[in-house]
Amino acid sequence: MALRRRAFGQPTALNNHMPLIIKDISKTYGQGHALQNLDLEVGDREFLALLGPSGSGKTTLLRILAGLISPTTGDVSFDGADLLSLSARERKAGMVFQHYALFRHMTVAANIGFGLRVRPRRDRPSAEDIKRRTDELLSLVQLEGYGARYPSQLSGGQRQRVALARALAIEPRMLLLDEPFGALDAKVRRELRYWLRRVHDETGVTTIFVTHDQEEAMDLADRVAILNSGKIEQVGAPNDIYASPATPFVFDFLGAANEARGLVSDGELHLYDARFPLADAAAGEVKAFFRPHEVEINPADGRGFLAEVVGVIARGPATRLECMRGDQMMEIDWARGRLPDGVARGAQIRLAPERFTTFPAGG
Amino acid sequence: MSEKSIGRPSPILLGIGVAYVAVLILLPMGMVFVEAFRRGPAEYLDIFAHSDTWSAIRLTLLVAAIAVPLNAVFGVAAAWAVTKFDFPGKGLLLTLIDLPFSVSPVISGLVWVLLFGASGWLAGPMTSANVQILFAVPGLVLATLFITLPFVARELIPLMQEQGADEEEAAITLGAGGFRTFFMVTLPNIKWALLYGVLLCNARAMGEFGAVSVVSGHIRGQTNTLPLHVEILYNEYNFVGAFATATILAGLAIVTLVIKSGLEWRFAGELSASRRH
Repeated sequence: MALRRRAFGQPTALNNHMPLIIKDISKTYGQGHALQNLDLEVGDREFLALLGPSGSGKTTLLRILAGLISPTTGDVSFDGADLLSLSARERKAGMVFQHYALFRHMTVAANIGFGLRVRPRRDRPSAEDIKRRTDELLSLVQLEGYGARYPSQLSGGQRQRVALARALAIEPRMLLLDEPFGALDAKVRRELRYWLRRVHDETGVTTIFVTHDQEEAMDLADRVAILNSGKIEQVGAPNDIYASPATPFVFDFLGAANEARGLVSDGELHLYDARFPLADAAAGEVKAFFRPHEVEINPADGRGFLAEVVGVIARGPATRLECMRGDQMMEIDWARGRLPDGVARGAQIRLAPERFTTFPAGG
Repeated sequence: MSEKSIGRPSPILLGIGVAYVAVLILLPMGMVFVEAFRRGPAEYLDIFAHSDTWSAIRLTLLVAAIAVPLNAVFGVAAAWAVTKFDFPGKGLLLTLIDLPFSVSPVISGLVWVLLFGASGWLAGPMTSANVQILFAVPGLVLATLFITLPFVARELIPLMQEQGADEEEAAITLGAGGFRTFFMVTLPNIKWALLYGVLLCNARAMGEFGAVSVVSGHIRGQTNTLPLHVEILYNEYNFVGAFATATILAGLAIVTLVIKSGLEWRFAGELSASRRH
């Protein structure tokens, strides 16, 4: 097992070589479209997250790459060779499932060695080699000494680490993870997240990771592809996507968002009874979005648009204010110490979002 | 299998259960042995001196030995198809698998008479090919196959449905072919259900009376299985012989149960490991 060692935390060195090219893939089930004319390229040693709500087609795409289902139309190539003409067993795509899919009647060691034992006789490593690799992988996933146990004797997090070791054992050309932490509790999820990133950095295997958890995707991935209704809305580095979301869907999906309709003219955004400077936005009606934590709160005679506080909820380090403007509910997260004087249920205050993202109102 | 307990059962509940089993199962079973030994062991052993008894035993075992493996293979194939794939006509297949359960055994025998009898649909071709189906071993096997068809499939389908296709998919992505996936992943996961299905199937195959009775023709020493032989002896007022023959059937059932318990005891650890999940 040639593990290419790299220090944890160092970003994956991406080159421009894109070995995995997905072209114009569609998948239809009866009347429904799971995927529609989807294009995507994945780089060598890249860690790519497919992020989207359930039903967006992300798992369908992953299963097409694994060879478990066939697309209705389209092409996929890997290193210039057609991938779709290969059966699932020929693709060497290491797959990790949400519910682990460990072989329940086999020990941990037998699970990890499975992919090596089922090779045709001429390619099959000797029993000692299989044992040695299994031990290497057990230590990579920090489960030394667990080889003789059965999956039912492990915790969820441990099981998923075994599943990952099993997928890595075949020296996969790509690693496909289908919501791998979806069945785990929040604390274990966070631990496994950093650990998975480290394993990726150590092995350097091209990894595609399906999740509906935007925090997970943003934390882990080199690039994030955001899917919605079978189409890609945006692909890019997490920071770029967060800073300049391409569509209202992306903005909304990447975190809590408040939405209001406004009008842009002369470099200003007119929103309710207030005006905010807004450079380089085309004039016309817009949907303006702002994040709950990027809002300044002012007294009723201050800057911003008028709103009524209808709820104050203390939530750990932040306080959530629920405000109404007309029939529009807005949520504000105040994490800057004590609430300004006079902010209480029923009070009139002015809200001045510090940053807007606007999209033409028609779209 | 549960390690949980909600306390001791109430004595009344326990008493009802024990009494029910005693009256409905132990009492009749005991009667068989009491009647068989009514005139002493010598008369009991007498039935083993008859060649008809031995031919009935041989025939019963032969029919079971053909019908059980065939229906085991069919049951696994049908359960595999139904639970791991989607295809048109799946609901129909499930209904057809259940059909032998809902049809009276006499009808199950009669259909073969209608097919292969003297004026049956397939009587012509069978006569010209000089193949004897009815009143011969093939008829007995066909009737038994029909009756015991659902047992293995019905035992496997709920389990395989619950297990899903995840493990098979994992095996395939790891490079295993269809055969290896089946023998290394699917079969080990279903082997206990398969064993129970086969045991039930076997018990029914050896004990089936109605359907077999219709197609057998009751030719002594040739087409009489053990249950049919019991009936003949009983109708001839040979009560000791009838009950003694019945003890052979009971003995076969006990052997089956012993094998099952032995396997469960031998693989107790593995059984609990694979069930706890």
